[in-house]
Amino acid sequence: MKKSKLFENIVHGIFLILGLITVGCVLLITVYLIISGIPAIREIGLFKFLFGKEWASTAAEPKYGILPFILTSVYGTAGAILIGVPMGFFTAVYLSKAANKRVRSLIEAAVNLLAGIPSVVYGLVGMLVLVPAIREIFNVPDGASLLAAMIVLAIMILPNIIKVSVTALDAVPKEYEDASLALGATPTETFFKVSVPAAKSGIAAAVVLGVGRGIGEAMAVMMVAGNVANMPSLFESVRFLTTAVASEMAYSSPGSLQRNALFSIALVLFLFIMLINATLNFFLKRDKEK
Amino acid sequence: MKKMIHLLTVTVLLLCVLTGCGGSKEAVATDGSTSMNKVIGALGEAFEADTGITVTYNATGSGAGIQAVQEGRCDIGLASRNLKDEEKAKGLEGTILAYDGIAIIVNPNNPVSDLNVGTIAKIFTGEIKNWKELGGNDAQIVLIGREAGSGTRYGFESITGTADKCDYRQELTSTGDVITTVASNPAAIGYASLASVKDTVKALTVGGVAASEATIKDGSYVVQRPFVLVTKTDAALSESAQKFYDYITSEAANRIISGAGVVPAN
Repeated sequence: MKKSKLFENIVHGIFLILGLITVGCVLLITVYLIISGIPAIREIGLFKFLFGKEWASTAAEPKYGILPFILTSVYGTAGAILIGVPMGFFTAVYLSKAANKRVRSLIEAAVNLLAGIPSVVYGLVGMLVLVPAIREIFNVPDGASLLAAMIVLAIMILPNIIKVSVTALDAVPKEYEDASLALGATPTETFFKVSVPAAKSGIAAAVVLGVGRGIGEAMAVMMVAGNVANMPSLFESVRFLTTAVASEMAYSSPGSLQRNALFSIALVLFLFIMLINATLNFFLKRDKEK
Repeated sequence: MKKMIHLLTVTVLLLCVLTGCGGSKEAVATDGSTSMNKVIGALGEAFEADTGITVTYNATGSGAGIQAVQEGRCDIGLASRNLKDEEKAKGLEGTILAYDGIAIIVNPNNPVSDLNVGTIAKIFTGEIKNWKELGGNDAQIVLIGREAGSGTRYGFESITGTADKCDYRQELTSTGDVITTVASNPAAIGYASLASVKDTVKALTVGGVAASEATIKDGSYVVQRPFVLVTKTDAALSESAQKFYDYITSEAANRIISGAGVVPAN
């Protein structure tokens, strides 16, 4: 009896440690980012840092303005959502409500596979296929642009949107739909007027999840966006918040203002992601309360 | 009591995690320039075959490599540029291992095949915008460069006198990406380590001189930079690191260095 109690205690202890490791990591990253992100903002000035239009970290007279990165990240993600959400949403409605079993399992397998492709592969395909294609189609000097990044991001967030939306749509009680059909609504009317409104919190969560994935992606974007710190424009080379950190981190020397400014960019990005997570929690909570 | 046991277990396990690192013997750690991958790889292999001592290479970039040797995280730092005065002031010393030519590359379909340094500078600062002005096709010139801090970019910009003035269309993070991009865009021009240039792109002659071992060594091909071994002045190398250092700076290593596409310094 005593022995089994000791065993229980040990197991509980191990679980507790594992849980605490996660909490510890989050705390460590948050504290570290804040501590290392604040000095550069102080030195540069919050307003100059956030709203400065020029970034030239290695120039003789360095300029640290990250407005181009912030706007690029916002526009890029918005563009990806604009392309990706309608596609993902209709696919989810089709899969959940209209598709027969075989088609559904086939498409779901493809979606899962898409979710598993590493981002560097998206980047590589984008670089070798998408970028030259944009150059040819739109007759611009070079295809590495905000548009290319938007398209790559749109494809990358598709699996998230589809999977979460399908789950939400599947959870709509069958009685709702049966009642609607019994009242004489066509199946299509039922899907869009009954099922979708009933699942709207879940679908909203899917969109927010997509935004989170899009704004945090670095590798694929770095390979197709051109990485020049221009103000965003559809066919211009642009640099995202993530790529700004990733491309210069390796070469910046520790303790320099450049390295600190990169941490500050990471902090801004972190705040964005926190905001998105808070929104996501809001939707999920509202869903649960209903 | 139960809480105490929990707390104790947590502390003990955390301590176990934190003390995981240990040293290994008989290995030489190098860290630095991504451009030196090929030459250090070849030298390391030959050295290991001769002596059985492993050589590790961490491709982080010149700045990071210099930093690593200064902080004692590696034995020999690798930089594809000469040390700056402020770095020498921190107690570091550089020895030139080899010279690397930086090739100016264009798409193979580009009819332009020779430029001089002045023209290259004008192209990269945006003064010349169309290939037509250089006798090429009527197409806007697309400038492909490397990210700020890259040894190749630093080398290129300091040789052509275009530091901070280049008007890049793309800033890519590796030599491979630059070559791929130039190979896929007929109006692109970029720069890359001569050792990495492949048939998918065309290397231009600069002022009529093609980049080759002979022209780099005699200095007639001007777009070139040193590969530097960085060590501390105030601390001796470990025994195995010293062996490796002597080995790669000896004349016997020259054949291997040339084999990697760069020109040995001695």
